Amino acid sequence: MPRIAGVDIPPNKRIEVGLTYIYGIGRVTSVKILREAKIDLNKRSNDLSEQEVAKIRDIIESEYMVEGDLRKENQNNIKRLIEIGCYRGMRHRLQLPVRGQRTRSNSRTRKGRRGTAIAKKKKATKG
Amino acid sequence: MARSSRKDPYVNPKLMKRIERVKVSGDQRIIKTWSRDSMVIPDMIGLTFAVYNGRKFIPVYITEHMVGHKLGEFSPTRTFTGHGGGDKKAKVTKTAT
Repeated sequence: MPRIAGVDIPPNKRIEVGLTYIYGIGRVTSVKILREAKIDLNKRSNDLSEQEVAKIRDIIESEYMVEGDLRKENQNNIKRLIEIGCYRGMRHRLQLPVRGQRTRSNSRTRKGRRGTAIAKKKKATKG
Repeated sequence: MARSSRKDPYVNPKLMKRIERVKVSGDQRIIKTWSRDSMVIPDMIGLTFAVYNGRKFIPVYITEHMVGHKLGEFSPTRTFTGHGGGDKKAKVTKTAT
């Protein structure tokens, strides 16, 4: 069970999929990495040799921003939007969709579980 | 879609002229503008604009983080007074920050 980029332990899956357990790596990046490392996409994580794991680690470390760093960057970007008081920052503050989606219906991801107007409001002011 | 980078960022020509004048004279008066679609450029840092939102002019002090955004983004055009019944205390009014 290899350990790449800190906490992530991709289990008994094809390595192409296993890598996507790392925050910041999806299928496309995963394939790119494996192509660069010249590793068979269908190989299971368990069957990777030490060198192969090391190679993947190397590539990720040098070329990609993942996990904590990436999360931090995203948070900072949002914080910046909020601090400069622009429209997008305001939408973040209110926990509403930022990119002009409708809010009359849907937008449940941003607004959270359906509830009374009061419950919704509480959540909104917190963010 | 984003504006082609081949063109420079859009700033209303009249506003641009005004900024240049202010830079030379160093005069600290607020610049009133209707040009919400003008991009914030580095030359504007430290200036205060009064950006029209359709009803009144919202003062916007430009900091370096704002570069690349447009003036209108800082001057909300809608007022949200909250949903629901009247007995809830103090309706939240969302105007300029």
